[in-house]
Amino acid sequence: MIDFSRNHFELLGLAPAFRIDVTELDRAYRQLQTEVHPDRFAGGSDTERRLALQSSAHVNEAYRALKNPVRRAQYLLRLHGIDAVSETDTALPLEFLERQLERRELAADAQAAGDVPALSALLEDARAEGRALEDLLADLLDGEQAFAMARIQVRELTFLAKLTGDLDGMLAASES
Amino acid sequence: MALFQISEPGEAPAPHQHKRAIGIDLGTTNSLVATVRNGLAVVLPDAEGRPLVPSIVRYGEHGVETGYAAMAHQTSDPQNTILSIKRLMGRGLSDLTDARRFPYRFVDTPGMVKIGTRAGVKSPVEVSADLLRALRERAEASLGGPVDGAVVTVPAYFDDAQRQATKDAAQLAGLPILRLLNEPTAAAIAYGLDNASEGVYAVYDLGGGTFDISILRLSRGVFEVLATNGDSALGGDDFDHRVFCWIIEAAKLPPLSPSDARLLLVKAREAKENLSEHESASILATLSDGTSVNLALTKAIFTEITGNLVAKTLSPVRRALRDAQLQSGDIKGVVLVGGATRMPQVRRAVAEFFGQPPLTNLNPDEVVALGAAVQGNKLAGNHEKDDDWLLLDVIPLSLGLEIMGGLTEKIIHRNSTIPIARAQEFTTYKDGQTAMAIHVVQGEREKVVDCRSLARFELRGIPPMVAGAARIQVTFQVDADGLLDVAAREQGTGVEATITVKPSYGLSDGEIAKMLADSFTHAADDMQARALAEAQVEADQIAAATEAALASDGELIGTHERAVIDAALAKLRRFRDGSDHLALRAAVESVNHATGDFAARRMDRSVSRALTGKRVDALSD
Repeated sequence: MIDFSRNHFELLGLAPAFRIDVTELDRAYRQLQTEVHPDRFAGGSDTERRLALQSSAHVNEAYRALKNPVRRAQYLLRLHGIDAVSETDTALPLEFLERQLERRELAADAQAAGDVPALSALLEDARAEGRALEDLLADLLDGEQAFAMARIQVRELTFLAKLTGDLDGMLAASES
Repeated sequence: MALFQISEPGEAPAPHQHKRAIGIDLGTTNSLVATVRNGLAVVLPDAEGRPLVPSIVRYGEHGVETGYAAMAHQTSDPQNTILSIKRLMGRGLSDLTDARRFPYRFVDTPGMVKIGTRAGVKSPVEVSADLLRALRERAEASLGGPVDGAVVTVPAYFDDAQRQATKDAAQLAGLPILRLLNEPTAAAIAYGLDNASEGVYAVYDLGGGTFDISILRLSRGVFEVLATNGDSALGGDDFDHRVFCWIIEAAKLPPLSPSDARLLLVKAREAKENLSEHESASILATLSDGTSVNLALTKAIFTEITGNLVAKTLSPVRRALRDAQLQSGDIKGVVLVGGATRMPQVRRAVAEFFGQPPLTNLNPDEVVALGAAVQGNKLAGNHEKDDDWLLLDVIPLSLGLEIMGGLTEKIIHRNSTIPIARAQEFTTYKDGQTAMAIHVVQGEREKVVDCRSLARFELRGIPPMVAGAARIQVTFQVDADGLLDVAAREQGTGVEATITVKPSYGLSDGEIAKMLADSFTHAADDMQARALAEAQVEADQIAAATEAALASDGELIGTHERAVIDAALAKLRRFRDGSDHLALRAAVESVNHATGDFAARRMDRSVSRALTGKRVDALSD
């Protein structure tokens, strides 16, 4: 079966980096699942089926951690011993927080007024900020290898991902 | 000239033994069984060539009947003829907002609701097993031997309790189950392999009692479910019911008997089916009191009274698209599955929503069973050409734990690819806390009361520590059937507790083993089940009567006689819940015998009381 001691990047045959080839990730993931998925061992022994279940679940977990940029950034820091989303250290720059709070208030107003274009604009705005943050993180993580410094940006990206998810939900609720 | 094959030394020629593999679509209204024959998936028909088996079980005077045989009695014997049992799988009586719709004698048992029938109290698992057994027998007759492996389909939106109930039913029916497969996924396999499709597809599956929407990406032999959503209590049945209500209102009918209600439901269904082809359908019926019903239902009225049911399917479609992070325009094709998608208003709504006509080039009744057969064939190890495809499915509803304040902490989110294992750490709330109650729930809502409770268990033996110091790791593991296992472990000491989420709906492994044993005992002769049920009723009556007599007139008997009666009662209790109706009858007889003299003396006493003019109840103090 698979080697559980290898990290997610090694498992999926990728160099540990924030910028990855997503097509290559998808290909490697499917290749691995073809090998270990429980469907291949439906007629196997109990041990084989248990191992297939554990391996396949592990491959799914690795894929999930690397597919999404926010989780990938968190995982990359964790490989360097840094917990970006620790519950005891949640500090964020004040101007970042103020900007998001304002965005949230405007979104709530827009939703109350049924102003779908305003909501869409706010969502697009937040997504653009997220993309800019990803570019910055690519420089910090893949260029300068400044993992400890990148902690703040990873936390911001995590926060933004939550916010865009919420805005998307508000938009869906307003549209239907 | 024929060439003989000779294997290399030391390498035994692997006998290519073809396994008897089947796929079963266990539907709310109809069920089917299919297999792969000469590389082609085919539905196995009955002797008369009918592919569908109506999902109806009747507990008749002469044993269990299924399918068309049971259907023939649906109006004459509505309380023993069970339809749409799938709606009750894994459900308690309190879950059924529409319990009054069913003419059954419901028995409210913890976990799953049961139904009182002529053949005793039946759980939905047992009724489904009777259906599955009929399908298994059809397959065995057609394949010429016992089934080696079966894939049984379930609605994608079925929760853990409903899935487990289905798996238990398959086990009870003696089916070697290879996998539970989601219905829309099965349809996608059949459709995708047939059409060599690539791209993102939506499967809109409106069955008799359930609605599913699945969004899948098909690429290079991989069927990847991106998101699924649905409503496990919405289907063609609900359209029938709307028509039924319309009939009652239009004909101004008083409350109906179960037979009349069933009759009108049948007429409602016929009218619905007619309206897929015609502009108007006439509804003619004569009720048991001679009242005649003669109505015409137009397509316009039908569309109007069912409009919000159609609209109700579109919310899950929107949610699934949102979870897949796609727009309706990203969908390359929409596959329609389920008999209820024959209704023109449904097709119209789907076409309008996706901006394209849905794909209807396959039989919506058969496509799920065909896909299940293809998957069953592959899982059983039969090799066919083009069988190097892979299926990646998801869990439909989030799984979590109850935390302080009656809130849910999600551990596995909906639409996560399965199999999946996730662990999360929790801690104690009070100083010195040595046990932790773990409550496993499924659903999307924040409050535990709004989610489905799957199981409760306790982790005991945590060493006393200050609040917040213990580290309890709870691991959720969902297998490829979508079924959950939960384990809890205190990290410091290694104290462990594990549970397979199963007993919450009322069936433990022991009960299933007992049902299996019972079904083998009675398989040869279902009359025996009835004989047992009757003997049990008799046993309960005589036990209650004897105990009441002993309480009121116990002084009429001596110690020895009392001991004989007590022994007979104990024997009766011992056989009461067994499966041997002859032994139970014998026990009833011996209680009768032991209490014969006692009964005579009580009779004498009441006669003499009556003669002295005193009321019996006045003497009881």
